[in-house]
Amino acid sequence: MKVVVLLKRVPDTEAKILINQEGTGIREDGIKYIINTYDEYAVEEGLRLKEKLGGDTKVTVVCLGPAEATETIRTALAMGADDAVHISDPALAGAGPFTAAAVLAAAIGAGGFDIIFCGKQAIDDDQAQVQCILAEMLDVPQVNAASSFEIGAGGAAAAVGRRIEGGEEKWESSLPVLISCDKGLNEPRYASLPGIMKAKKKEIRTKTLADLGFHEVPNRGRSRIVKWLPLPRSGECRMIEAGEPADAVRELVRLLREEAKVI
Amino acid sequence: MIFDGGHPGNSESKARQAPDRRSGEDWGLTPPPGSCIFLIPARTGPGGLANGANHTMQGTVMFIDLTEEERMIQKTARDFARRDIAAVAEQSNRDGVFQDDIYRRLAGLGFMGMTMPEEFGGVGLGNLCLSLALEEISMVCPSTAVAVSVHNSLANYIIHTWGSDELKRRYLPRMTSGELIGVYALTEPNAGSDVAAIAMSAARDGGDWVLNGSKIFISTGDRAGVIVVIARSDPDERTRGLTAFVVEPVFPGFSVGKIEHKMGLRASTTVELVFEDCRVPAANVIGEEGMGMKIALGSLEGGRIGIASQSLGIAQTALDEAVLFARERRQFGERIIDFQATRWKIAEMATNIDAARLLVRRAARLRDAGRPCGKEASMAKLFASRIANEAVYDSLQIHGGVGYTQEFKIERFFRDARVLEIYEGTSEIQRIVIAKKVIDEYERIFPA
Repeated sequence: MKVVVLLKRVPDTEAKILINQEGTGIREDGIKYIINTYDEYAVEEGLRLKEKLGGDTKVTVVCLGPAEATETIRTALAMGADDAVHISDPALAGAGPFTAAAVLAAAIGAGGFDIIFCGKQAIDDDQAQVQCILAEMLDVPQVNAASSFEIGAGGAAAAVGRRIEGGEEKWESSLPVLISCDKGLNEPRYASLPGIMKAKKKEIRTKTLADLGFHEVPNRGRSRIVKWLPLPRSGECRMIEAGEPADAVRELVRLLREEAKVI
Repeated sequence: MIFDGGHPGNSESKARQAPDRRSGEDWGLTPPPGSCIFLIPARTGPGGLANGANHTMQGTVMFIDLTEEERMIQKTARDFARRDIAAVAEQSNRDGVFQDDIYRRLAGLGFMGMTMPEEFGGVGLGNLCLSLALEEISMVCPSTAVAVSVHNSLANYIIHTWGSDELKRRYLPRMTSGELIGVYALTEPNAGSDVAAIAMSAARDGGDWVLNGSKIFISTGDRAGVIVVIARSDPDERTRGLTAFVVEPVFPGFSVGKIEHKMGLRASTTVELVFEDCRVPAANVIGEEGMGMKIALGSLEGGRIGIASQSLGIAQTALDEAVLFARERRQFGERIIDFQATRWKIAEMATNIDAARLLVRRAARLRDAGRPCGKEASMAKLFASRIANEAVYDSLQIHGGVGYTQEFKIERFFRDARVLEIYEGTSEIQRIVIAKKVIDEYERIFPA
């Protein structure tokens, strides 16, 4: 079985995000990058499937990202993935969801697949679009935000659960299928030290736009980022210290009327 | 910057420009591309004064930026420490519980065989990687780092370096897998810094050796699967009369004695080991009879780099906690981090930590290159343990009264730090080693 795991390199959740002077993106200096958190669940689920099925099941990581993303890819290989495709081309810097899906589809379509695991969204732009567009482009079913996964008898079908208010939906799909992973699906493993050593010898195939058969950036005018702006500064929080709730409310109303002038 | 070996009277010739780098809070974690290099002296000591060419010969330059592999190993250690060890650290230190499960999981990730070759189940990494791991673990739980350090840099190392093929095959695979925790038993009531004063007797009896006496202050001694013991095999020879043995706790005549109640490192056990006519097969002699002193001295450097790394972790956490606390705490209408009194402490701590880290990594890199590093390991241990104690002191002072309570992490790290200047060679012993090496270097160049 061919398992593909999508990977995105994103700023650490603890990193303080600042917009660069030109307003064309974020300031990258001093930022630490990590594997997109939801993608870790995807890697883990791919590895568990491989361990369960054994045989010639292979887990291939596919990552669209700058040259520095090799370290992110290497971490997934150290966790146990077999090999990787790294789509890296300066023209793809800042690629939007359509562009990303198009190049991923070209790279994945070329290699073939039975199951694609990916995160339910990237924690940097939080758009949650790439996997949906990608599944459409590849013309396969998709189940998003999976909280459980089982491979059916004979490896011919997938049973996927989705957490919903007060319960869990159960879906069944034929293969090939794309499944995006939610928190709680599994507990991702650490890259073990022997795994890190083995990862050095695993293959990362780098692909440019041209390698994937594109003559220009696939976008077809669907989206364009006009400008990046910092979030407006939030105002200072003021605590109203009054003994009785009624007094506090009175004071709040007075402040809203006299100082904030909103009522 | 290029850092040289710190030779007396030779400061300006090594000053060179290299690209700028950011400050050290996160040192080595995501180094900028390019370059920071470290000049390892071609010869330690003031040789350059007599022959300047020696110092800058090619091949003596070392990168201090971490490689991708080293960063990945550091990250696994960091993630495991901050998630898995942190979950139990407060509780196990408060209750004095040694967490067997943590060591099993550390072993599962490869941390109990870091520097051993693959044929014995190890990972084949160097001292630098071990140092990174110990630093990360110590940032969360210095107690946990004790057994990892002793197991790797003493027990594994000694058996692998001096042990027979049979000893290696019999013990190392089970040590790297974490099945057996290795400990090191040298200290006695009247022998510690003074190794040659070891009195525990080892006497031949047929095909066996019979050990009698006791060892004290043995880290993790009650959980040991393998104990490397140095004992006196010849009462008439002071330094050549010592022999090293591998003892298993199941050998007849072995028992665990008094359990110490320590000021700090409470999640690491420290015990007395008692040997009463303890029979050890002759095959369990490490190296040859009489090699005990050589083995004891030959394994010092790794142990010292280990404790220096543990010191770094403690110092880093002291700084982290100080800054995080001072940012929140307000007095006289201001955050205390805006007071100069606080800022000077932070500047001092951060500078010392960076300097210590450079010393530690230099010693580790030298050792990995198979070059002499006795002086450098002692300098790293002396300096890092001292600045760790200064850091916890200043950090607790910044915390004020709450820092003296168990509500805040700094209370535990304050207690854990004190022993850094005592075990694996006291600071006084380190100074003796360093001074001797330095003076010897001058003797060679400027004979009296």
